[in-house]
Amino acid sequence: MREELLSIIEKNSRIGINELATMLGKEEIEVANEIAKLEEERIICGYHTLIDWEKTSIEKVTALIEVRVTPQRGQGFDKIAQRIYNYPEVKSVYLISGGFDLLVTLEEKTLKDIAAFVSYKLSTLESILSTGTHFILKKYKDHGTILDKQDEDSREVVTP
Amino acid sequence: MRNFLSDKIQEIKPSGIRKFFDIVVEMKDAISLGVGEPDFDTPWHIREEGIYAFEKGKTFYTSNSGLKPLREEISSYIKRSQNIEYNPNDEILVTVGGSEAIDIGLRAILNDGDEVIIPQPSYVSYAPCSYLAGGKNVIIDLKEENHFKLTPQELENAITDKTKVLILPFPNNPTGAIMEREDLEKIAKIIIDKDIFVMSDEIYSELTYDKKHVSIASIEGMKERTLLINGFSKAYAMTGWRLGYACGPNEIIKQMTKIHQYAIMCAPTISQYAAVEALRHGDDDVNMMRQSYNQRRRFLIKRFKEMGLECFEPYGAFYVFPCIKEFGMTSEEFATKLLLEEKVAAVPGTAFGDSGEGYLRISYAYSIEKLKIAMERLENFITKLRAEKRKAF
Ligand SMILES: Cc1ncc(COP(=O)(O)O)c(C=O)c1O
Repeated sequence: MREELLSIIEKNSRIGINELATMLGKEEIEVANEIAKLEEERIICGYHTLIDWEKTSIEKVTALIEVRVTPQRGQGFDKIAQRIYNYPEVKSVYLISGGFDLLVTLEEKTLKDIAAFVSYKLSTLESILSTGTHFILKKYKDHGTILDKQDEDSREVVTP
Repeated sequence: MRNFLSDKIQEIKPSGIRKFFDIVVEMKDAISLGVGEPDFDTPWHIREEGIYAFEKGKTFYTSNSGLKPLREEISSYIKRSQNIEYNPNDEILVTVGGSEAIDIGLRAILNDGDEVIIPQPSYVSYAPCSYLAGGKNVIIDLKEENHFKLTPQELENAITDKTKVLILPFPNNPTGAIMEREDLEKIAKIIIDKDIFVMSDEIYSELTYDKKHVSIASIEGMKERTLLINGFSKAYAMTGWRLGYACGPNEIIKQMTKIHQYAIMCAPTISQYAAVEALRHGDDDVNMMRQSYNQRRRFLIKRFKEMGLECFEPYGAFYVFPCIKEFGMTSEEFATKLLLEEKVAAVPGTAFGDSGEGYLRISYAYSIEKLKIAMERLENFITKLRAEKRKAF
């Protein structure tokens, strides 16, 4: 049940236990227990909402920052990653294979804020070798969802 | 002017679905549960393969029987799913949907007056195609108490010395019924005993829930007397690509290929390239869609239970077939009233044969969100009907 449950709530975390149980063909109590377990094991790490901020009046700028660092003895990349992810304006931090080491997503109100973060906070951290900042101009698809997709049914209304 | 029309064609009634369709299109805000095709888009990698085929200029006819690599993939798919071996060279024909395979299969088999046993409720094309091919249709009315399976007794009763073919429509549209191995074994015994041929329409073979589809051709002694029909429409959400196939004894495939070669030439080339990709890399997509259909199926069954609407649990296709006899209306009256009053379109069971009277076909090729709204409306509707009935007493 675990994988199927996760695949449903990954797309719709607001679904009720009752409905979830029906769809899975399980008892509500079993499903509730399984979810509690998944939360406890930190397999479910949160329930978020996918928002297309561009359609709101709120200003947001998002940047992807490639970061090259010198890993530290005994701690590898973990310590520097932690230094970076502790900033609340940092939305995600991934360790990456290839030409650089960390990929940081940063969300701020303006371009200036991003520039300030990179030059004053990020670049000045010890063990950071270089950074490369890319601004996101438009989000087409996020979390597996096409943001501007119209859900129209192009089938004939009745077919055999 | 003379009447230029064929008497035979004029004899055929237009499909009951068509009539209903005309009312539904008029209503803008109706929720339709009347669709017999998947709501998923064709998986992107399959569509992309179609695009590449265009780019590479694969815009010519293929061989009459279909692209060799496609026939090979079909052969290996049936081997791994049903453990039946068909030779891609002369036992497989690629057709324009399962639809064409049904048509030319019957034409290749039937002589005038041969009896064709058709269990109903079932897909709308068997009876007209058989009639056009000179067949005499013998209808078996399947029963809800048997979970709409074909029972050995029903089959025995329908067989005469003129019987030539049994059409075996499972997983079934519109009931959702399936036949399991032990059911098929009993049928196979009679078929072999009476020396009858089987046309097995397995277009929904990938869409069975909690139980795996079994083909009658996989039963000892049946491969040589079965035409297995399948296609890409339902499993891979490829209805508009118009691609299906038939597998069977070389002698029959050879005759079918003759008709196909003169009437059709070959199935759409681009679709054939896409279908190769579907068979090679489409398993995950099929699993994902099956899982999703199964969730909706469980949802509908539960809702019917809550409404007190009688419905046997179907294990195949993407239809449920609830019984509406308690309301004392014909299926058509019920469906029309449901459409006009609650704006929900479902197909009357009678569109699939007289034995569909008293039932409604509800398709779950729709998102859970849509189904939820539709079920609320249906519940309103039957609550109203029950209240009216009580008042009338
Ligand atoms: C039972 C059954 N057989 C055959 C078909 C024909 O499908 P296609 O011609 O798209 O392969 C359908 C389509 O609805 C069906 O429901």
